[in-house]
Parts: sequence; structure tokens; C-alpha cells
Amino acid sequence: MSVAAGRLQGSARRLGWLAGLILPLALALGWEMAVALKWADGRLLPTPSRIYATLAGLAASGELLDHVLATLQRVGLGFVFGVAAGTVLGAVSGYWTAVRRLIDPTLQALRNIPSIAWVPMFILWFGIFETSKIILIAVGVFFPIYLALSGAILGVDRKLVEVGRIFGFSHREMITRILLPATLPAYVIALRGGLGLGWMFVVAAEFMGAEQGLGFLLVDGQQTGRPAVILASIVSFACLGKLTDWLLAAVSVRFLRWQDSFKPAE
Amino acid sequence: MLRIANVRKRYPNGLLALAGLDLTVAPGEILAIVGGSGCGKSTLLRLVSGLDRPTAGSVDLDGTPIVGPRAEIGMVFQEPRLMPWLTIDDNVAFGIRHLPAGERRQRVAEALSRVGLASHAGHWPRELSGGQAQRAALARALVGRPQVLLLDEPFSALDALTRQDLQDHLLDLWAYDRPTMILVTHDIEEALVLADRIVVMQPDPGRIRVSVSPPLARPRDRLDPEFLDWKYKLLAELDHASRKPTGDETFPAAAI
Repeated sequence: MSVAAGRLQGSARRLGWLAGLILPLALALGWEMAVALKWADGRLLPTPSRIYATLAGLAASGELLDHVLATLQRVGLGFVFGVAAGTVLGAVSGYWTAVRRLIDPTLQALRNIPSIAWVPMFILWFGIFETSKIILIAVGVFFPIYLALSGAILGVDRKLVEVGRIFGFSHREMITRILLPATLPAYVIALRGGLGLGWMFVVAAEFMGAEQGLGFLLVDGQQTGRPAVILASIVSFACLGKLTDWLLAAVSVRFLRWQDSFKPAE
Repeated sequence: MLRIANVRKRYPNGLLALAGLDLTVAPGEILAIVGGSGCGKSTLLRLVSGLDRPTAGSVDLDGTPIVGPRAEIGMVFQEPRLMPWLTIDDNVAFGIRHLPAGERRQRVAEALSRVGLASHAGHWPRELSGGQAQRAALARALVGRPQVLLLDEPFSALDALTRQDLQDHLLDLWAYDRPTMILVTHDIEEALVLADRIVVMQPDPGRIRVSVSPPLARPRDRLDPEFLDWKYKLLAELDHASRKPTGDETFPAAAI
């Protein structure tokens, strides 16, 4: 391979992430042109430039930041509580058969209840303000974490567990030094799935009466008949969801360097 | 002194793996247990390690019954069983996690240099060859200076050259602290190179067929006629031990 070709391949790897922008940009540009050329009517589906203008206006007034922060706080708190509960119960239920027999059937039944079904109960129990919203999000985050972790622990190589037994590991050491690290790859995938569900549940939570947040912006846009506001909110959800997922993935890479896994060709 | 007295092991599926076995191993002795598959040799090792409990009989070390894994008893398995998420030095430190950090570092460094892996301390297990990984497993088992080291076919997954190399190396490692070693193997040559005493087991149900202490000078030469003579004798024993008796056929005593 020549030096030039090698350099080209090197920069291709560095700029590889840009490939992900091609599809959304092409769609946005296509829609913009279709409306500009009067092939389509942009009233119910506003053009990217109008959505951008709406976002810029919301950002200039400081409104957008308030909405984003309110939503981020809900997702963040709900995620933390959901992950904590899912990790503890998942680890305990994966490790102790007695606990699994006790709690797993109930949790498996609960997980099939659609999220929206909880909304009326949570409002009755926890009021209409932040508590019920955060609990709803935490419930959504909890299940993928619990399921993945308890399942992954049951799949840990018995041979590695025996090494822990030979060295006289306590139950706690067995969990923290062998089972959790061994399940880390599955756990990280579950965290990302849980975070995605957190973003979905925050919309349901903000539908049930909020004065701030991107979900509120969505409802507001619908009630005031402003599709550009709805789409501005949707675009914000997409960007924030992608950004937080990328952050989680970037942080987890550090802890998964030991993996001897398949690396696709460039 | 390790004492195995009248030990029986019946698995839940009804298989009688060991039928009343007696064996005493002196401190610092190197004992090899050979036999075909299913003769109960690995079961015996698991009972001594405390990973499994006997159905009847007792295993005790210096008069204390072994009812579970103990710090004085180390084990090396057929596979290295290194934790893939820990670097080599952290894997070795597994065995002495209760020591203060400073002493731990020093002991790990010493153990790694003894097995010739000092330059691999920060590597991941996936970066090691099979032989290097098994050396790391040896370092992990020895770093806590166990009184007894159990080895379950430790070199059987390695190529012939690496295997010979590690066999010789194991004796060097043994010389530091002279632990009692019980080596389970199906390789007669390996048993003859390493062991003071060789126990041949036979299956259905698992029991001791014969126990010999070849009077061969150390270091043992794999091509020495006397060594080869013992190898043939033991191979014949092993062959008879693993052959199922049919009707009234009688086997001649091992004779070459």
C-alpha cells in the first residue's frame, strides 16, 4: 500500500463518524428543496430551515435551555434510580436462586404492563409534580437493567467462579470481583437500552402535566397548532438522546478494553 | 501431612466416582495421579481442593478436615482461567488480595519474574500465548505460598515443546517453597519427569490400582533407558487399568 493510500485510509477512519450525517442531511436537504420548488406543501411538515429558526428563537429567549434542563434532570434522576434498583436486584436475583424464585416471576409480570398504564396510579400515589415523573422514568429504566444483569450472571463461566471459590471469596467478593466484571459487556448494552427507554418515558411523564420540559413543548406545540414547535422538540429529543448515548458508550469503552472481540474491517 | 481416608464420592446422577480411597501425601512430596478418563482422578483433586465434598470418608490437612477451599491449598486448572478483565499482575494479585498494597505489589512482581513474565505484568490475558497464560496461572496459585499445590492436567492443552518446558519449569518453582504437589495427568512421561510417587488409578468405580516410587535420579532424562523402562511399565499398567474386564479373562501383571 502506498503512503498516500495509507494516509487516505487513516483519515477515512478519523472522519468515519461523519458518514452517519449523510442520511439525515440528505433527507433534510431533499425536503427543503421539495418545498422550495413547490413540489410539496410545508405547512404540516415544516422545512428544516423553519424548524431551525424555531429552535434558534426558543434558544435566544432562553426558553429552550429551561426545557432541556428540566427534561435532562428528570431523565438523569430517573436513570440513576432505575439503574441502582436494577443493578442491586439483578445482581441479587442472578446470584441467589432463592431470591430469584421469590422476585423474578412478579417482576416478569410487572414488566409487561405498558408504561402509560402506570401514569394514573403514580399521579394518585406521588402527586402530579416531579416525584411521579421520576419514578415513571426509573421504572422504565429498571427492567432492561434487571433482566440483562440477572440473565448475564447466570451465563458467567463456571470455571471463573471456581477460581473465586479456590481463593475463598465471600459472596460480596464473588459478585463485585467476578460476576459484575464478567457481565460488564452485557451490562453496558443494558445501560444504553435503559437510557433509551428513559428518554421515551420522559415524554410520557411530561405528557401528564408539566410546565416545563421538551415533552411539555410537544404538547404545547400541538395545542397551539404549531408543527414547527413540535418538530423542534422532536429534533431536540433526537439530539439529546444520541448525545447521552454517545457519552455512555464513550465512558464504557475504557472499561471494556480487555475484550477480545470481533472488529469489523474498515 | 495430607490424609485421604476411605473417601467415597457418588455423584447425584448415581455415578460412583471413587470407591473408598486411601492415600497419604507427605509434606513436600510430589505425587502424580495417572489414569484414563473416568477413573476419578479429577474428582479426587476437587475433593482435596475443597471445591467438592466426599460422600463418605474424610480429607484432612495436618489433622484439620478440609470442608471448603482454604488459603493453604492452591490450584492450577487445565485452562489458565485468568480473569479477562484484569491485567496479568492484577490476576496474580487475586491470590493475595488481603495483603497490604505494598507487599502485594512486591510479591506479585516476584511471582511474575519467577515464571518469566515480569515484562508482561501490564498485559491483558488475551495478549498471552497458551504457555504464558498457564505460567501466569501458576504464578497466581503460588503467590500466596500455599502448603499444597494441586494441578489438574495443567499442561495437557499445550503443544509438546511448551509442555516439556513448563514441566521443567514447574520443578524450579517447586524448589522455592517446596509445597506438597498433587499432579493429575494422563501423560505418563509427565508423571515420571515430575513425581516422587506415581499412583495409577482405574475406573468403574474409581480406585487405586498401583502406587510406585521410581528410583530415578533427578533431574530426570526423558531418554534415559531406565526412564523409558519405567514409562513402558506404567503404560502397560495404564492400559490394563483402562481395559474393561470381560467375563473370566484375567490380565497378566504388568510385565515388559
